[in-house]
Amino acid sequence: MTEARVAGVGLTHFGSHPDRTGRDLFATAALRALDDAGVPRGDVEELNYGNFMGALAEHQGHQAPLMAEAAGLDCPATRYEEACASAGVAVREAVRTVRAGDADVVLAGGMERMTNLPTDEVTEALAIAADDLFEVRAGVTFPGAYALMASAYFDAYGGSRRDLAHVASKNHENALPNEYAQYRREVSVEDALSAPPVAEPLHLYDACPITDGASALVIVSEEYAETHDVDAPVAVTGTGQGTDRMALADRDHLARTPAADDAAAAAYADAGVEAADVDVAEVHDCFTIAEVLAVESLGFFAPGEGIRAARDGVTTADGDLPVNLSGGLKAKGHPVGATGGSQIAELTRLLRGDHPNSEHVADAEVGVAHNAGGTVASAVVHVLEVAE
Amino acid sequence: MTDRSAGDEVRADGGESRPGNAGHDEWLDALADGDGYALVCPDGHGSLPPRRVCPDCGSTALSREPLPETGTVETFSVVHVPSPEFADDAPYVSAIAEFGPVRLTGVLRGVEPELDAVAVGRSVGAGVEERATDGKPLVVFRPVADDA
Ligand SMILES: [Zn+2]
Repeated sequence: MTEARVAGVGLTHFGSHPDRTGRDLFATAALRALDDAGVPRGDVEELNYGNFMGALAEHQGHQAPLMAEAAGLDCPATRYEEACASAGVAVREAVRTVRAGDADVVLAGGMERMTNLPTDEVTEALAIAADDLFEVRAGVTFPGAYALMASAYFDAYGGSRRDLAHVASKNHENALPNEYAQYRREVSVEDALSAPPVAEPLHLYDACPITDGASALVIVSEEYAETHDVDAPVAVTGTGQGTDRMALADRDHLARTPAADDAAAAAYADAGVEAADVDVAEVHDCFTIAEVLAVESLGFFAPGEGIRAARDGVTTADGDLPVNLSGGLKAKGHPVGATGGSQIAELTRLLRGDHPNSEHVADAEVGVAHNAGGTVASAVVHVLEVAE
Repeated sequence: MTDRSAGDEVRADGGESRPGNAGHDEWLDALADGDGYALVCPDGHGSLPPRRVCPDCGSTALSREPLPETGTVETFSVVHVPSPEFADDAPYVSAIAEFGPVRLTGVLRGVEPELDAVAVGRSVGAGVEERATDGKPLVVFRPVADDA
């Protein structure tokens, strides 16, 4: 089996681009990724494209051919949709395609356009990631679902809004030097605590923003990189995916994310690493409580102990295990269908040493990306390593 | 045994009524009438319709069992930013409550929409009421006296 390498990464600025079409956003990220890789457009053999709500936001289905055309690609193109994990599964299938020898070069990523819709319509659109009959019609919103998980967590293990506020403050601080981030401003713990409620116990700064943006990665085989003299120092050594019951109410435990447990176990086994080997992580912090659940599922902390990680300084930039040095979904932004690709782009930059926060992980060799869909009915985990 | 072949049969009304969500609609009507039920497999796994197989073990031998009259709140949230369908309902208490073999998701009424007004472990009954925003049916919990 050949090894899959990240030859190049491309991102748009994450933020508010209400007048930019989805095709323009994705083309920007794709061209940047190809330029970063130094791979000619004509060598791309497949496009794996993630998108969640394009049918609602742009009245546009069947987006993959549109995006191939926009990026100047002449190859089979497929859209992947797994809610907020759409780009994660797009990248995972790119890795599997390259490893299987079915292609040497795959462009993978995603795009989401959100700020052109009014806030209540975005709220409605995001809710379709939940079970329509038993959750949405029963009053569950996207923040509301994570609030239900947060309340269940506090009840099962303890913890407080202040613990969560430290997650928000940490990720906002990490975003300060990131040129792609939506919010490059400090948010103090007190700011987070005094923000208005969205779905209690979660308040405004517990939630990620509404974001437009795109991500793209050029995934190549090790052989292609060698024979074409392409610099691709970071390998995707592990990939794993997990699936759980759709509705939160049907999960074994309301304050755990077993799909992410499964995805992490599979990715670690695939890479031949353990949680203790991980030096840096990008995790799916659509809400502050989601980062807590993620670092527990990834095995960095036992269930009930992840809540203190940011407050105790373990996962801060100067901590033993920096989490979300990009700023995370929380501060960098969350263009839903692009996020999984963005996480791997940021991790690649961190490991290559060309990220503005690379100094915090100068000796890092193993990174993990955790991308989740809905209330983690879907989860994708990737292990990235600096190739020898 | 539930009639799992209903969807394959010619509709008695000739298909003239508004399309709905067969299985779920009947379940909601039953809950509204005080006859809420769960689908239960021989191993005791509970689920909600429409179902052809038990999502836990794959058994197709699902039977209807009445829900207990009283459930227990397992988690809750006070929603301040609603979707458009709940614009006039907010703020409201969203909750998940255990009723025997299943958990239900709904809106808890009869309490102030404040975190301090609710607690995990609270005993509730379940029924169907109208959404304030548009009158559509909504699974609603209401507090009942705790068992002594
Ligand atoms: Zn069963």
